[in-house]
Amino acid sequence: MIFSRLFKRQAEPDPQVEAGLKKARRGIFQDIVKLFERSEITEDLYEDLESLLIQADLGVETTVELLDNLRDRIRREGIKLPTDAREALRTEMIALLHHATKNRKIKIYQRGVPFVTLVVGVNGTGKTTTIAKLARYHQKQGRSVMVVAGDTFRAAAIDQLKIWGERLGVPVMAHEPNSDPGAVVFDGMQAAHNRNIDILLVDTAGRLHTKHNLMEELKKIRRVMQRHVEAAPQEVLLVIDATTGQNGLSQARHFSEAVEITDIAIAKLDGTAKGGIAFAIARELGTPISYIGTGEKFDDMAEFTPETYVDGLFFGDDDED
Amino acid sequence: MFETLSDRLYGIFENMGHKGRLTEQDVDEAMREVRRALLEADVNFKVVRNFVSAVRERAVGEEVLKAVTPAQQVIAIVNEELIKILGSERVPLESASQPPTVIMLVGLQGSGKTTHIAKLAKHLRDEGQSPMLVAADVYRPAAIDQLHTLGRQIDMPVYSEPEEGDPVKIAWNGIRAAKDRSATVVLVDTAGRLQIDERMMTELVDLTERISPTETLLVADAMTGQEAVSVAETFHERLNLTGLILTKMDGDARGGAALSIRSVVGVPIKFIGTGENVDALEPFYPDRLAGRILGMGDVVSLVERAQQQMTEEDSHKLEEKVLEGRFNLEDFLSQLQQLKQMGPLSQILEMIPGIGQAMRQSNVQITDDQYKHVEAMIYSMTPDERRHPDIIKPSRRKRIAAGSGTSSDQVNQMLNQFRQMQKMMSQMGQMGGGGGKKRGGGLRSLLGGGGNPLGGMSEADLEQMMGGAGMPGGMPEGLPGGLPGTSGGGRSGGGQGSSTQLQPKHANKRKKKKRSKGKKR
Repeated sequence: MIFSRLFKRQAEPDPQVEAGLKKARRGIFQDIVKLFERSEITEDLYEDLESLLIQADLGVETTVELLDNLRDRIRREGIKLPTDAREALRTEMIALLHHATKNRKIKIYQRGVPFVTLVVGVNGTGKTTTIAKLARYHQKQGRSVMVVAGDTFRAAAIDQLKIWGERLGVPVMAHEPNSDPGAVVFDGMQAAHNRNIDILLVDTAGRLHTKHNLMEELKKIRRVMQRHVEAAPQEVLLVIDATTGQNGLSQARHFSEAVEITDIAIAKLDGTAKGGIAFAIARELGTPISYIGTGEKFDDMAEFTPETYVDGLFFGDDDED
Repeated sequence: MFETLSDRLYGIFENMGHKGRLTEQDVDEAMREVRRALLEADVNFKVVRNFVSAVRERAVGEEVLKAVTPAQQVIAIVNEELIKILGSERVPLESASQPPTVIMLVGLQGSGKTTHIAKLAKHLRDEGQSPMLVAADVYRPAAIDQLHTLGRQIDMPVYSEPEEGDPVKIAWNGIRAAKDRSATVVLVDTAGRLQIDERMMTELVDLTERISPTETLLVADAMTGQEAVSVAETFHERLNLTGLILTKMDGDARGGAALSIRSVVGVPIKFIGTGENVDALEPFYPDRLAGRILGMGDVVSLVERAQQQMTEEDSHKLEEKVLEGRFNLEDFLSQLQQLKQMGPLSQILEMIPGIGQAMRQSNVQITDDQYKHVEAMIYSMTPDERRHPDIIKPSRRKRIAAGSGTSSDQVNQMLNQFRQMQKMMSQMGQMGGGGGKKRGGGLRSLLGGGGNPLGGMSEADLEQMMGGAGMPGGMPEGLPGGLPGTSGGGRSGGGQGSSTQLQPKHANKRKKKKRSKGKKR
């Protein structure tokens, strides 16, 4: 890809992120890059850009704002060349994503106090897979990990977690299907203490964010945790499916109201040719996006940074040959 | 951003008054809002473009009928066109000439395939079929277990071969087993991937060639964004889909994905999934989804649910009571209980045009707990008090308050509001009653016939009662009152008259009367 070479990378490329965004890069974002091949910056360019950004799931409002900012910058800096305009677009996209990282809290891992991550999300977004990846991630950092099978509702969710626990060599605290999730969380907290576990990952049943009672259940789980560790859960991770459209915003809002989401993980990024929901979340909510799922293997997870994300959308190693 | 399309269109046309024709300019402005609403509902970009230009063409120059506002006229056109795209008629499942009928479910991971196999099986058994499930998802850990668990739940045979890695073999053997057991339908669960890859597709194509399913249904998540079309297209190209099941429609996803898929790929939507239980599967109706995509509520489903809860006879009795002003607290209590059986209050309110939006806007969380106060007060009354609330004097009120854990004031408020409601009901009865035997026909027809417990009670009044009885924060101002058609507590604010156009004609007359009253205020 000749055009992508004209971009200057802003950060060290992250091969994980690049691999995960391959489909998006070769889809919509390739079309976006091509837009700037024309000889001058015209109104048509903006219009086409608008339509492509909306198609990338950025949503109407975010797209409009991004374009406004782009126009401003182009006017302010007296940009004439389309290639410079493209550079300005990238800068604006990165700036937008910074809304999703600036509120991120530093994670403090204390010896003797389990660091509890509560993983929540709607049905089928990839919570259980994300837990497996997180377990792997912490293991690599030399931390001891335990998983709590708090999804007692979905048929066979417990089995799924156990299978993964076995493959990773991570203990899994589980009760019977359809038992009270609060109880298994309680036992998990106790066991984490007794066994001196560093990281406790708690799975929960998928729930649609509009179901009030289920959202209340999350609050209960939280209270159970706090009986053991006052600061728990130190991390409340909302898993959003990358193929989700504008409903992703609604999910994030509702979950935040129920359990104060501290971090968002965007899963299944490798499955989408769009990847724009990250921008919409950044602009509308400012909830930190921390992890992205980039593939189907345990190691396919990366930390989210605006620079590598945007660069990953525009170019990767595979394009340069 | 949660404003409904109908609200926005009313805003645009507010200053226009009644002009003779819709001008190009009027329409353009309206179309911008239509476009935005559709995009926010995740309708595919290209579909939106074509749709908007089709509607525009129809709307420009259209004569504005005297009876409706320009906004209503545009909404009606948009609605009709949406229904046209969604397929005007429901397409049922095919069955094979020689049983068993083989139904294969395909889709991406996490879309709800396995759950919907079970739902579909139950649905088919309720229709008199004898289904069998086949677990041909050999990749996802525990997928086979999940199907077995679901099979046990609905008491349905599940065929699986845990040691076999070839889905084609499993499916083939499963169908043979089904024949032996003389099952009439075989439902095949297939592997889903995070994304479409060649290996999965080849495998599915092999499977299709070998078992030649009568129905190949794509299971798609209603929350999917712009991606939906390309996913469906790829599946359709290779597998020749015969239908679509749209899942997770019990959330607040508008379901624009369905419209996109129907429009681009042309595959009919056959079912929608509305919950986690095995019963949560509904046949698909284009008009309802159209209303939902536009954010106009789903009154038809609401009425249907209400009808399920009440027999014709019950509703007739109730009607008589209402009309004769004999509706008392006992009846009210039983209404409350029926309402509860219809599902969580928040979900019911969601279906009423305008209310769901209003609730979100003002951040009101309505829970079923709020029934409880009113219920508790009524439970704390003697049967005599329930039948004749007028006998409740201060000392009785005090006792009721103590018994229900509320205050005397709250009881008073509840009673006042109940009286208002009673009054309103009898007025309504007079309006609708044509005298003689036809008496009451008006009330019943308000919600499109049949009986329903809400017919005799407007939601707004219920809410008022709840509010009076200690609902945190009360209800937001300007909440559109009442079910459309029932005379509610005044349609003020943005929700005014939304979706009037979509109601049965006979309800309109009454509504207009109501609205002209509202304007004077």
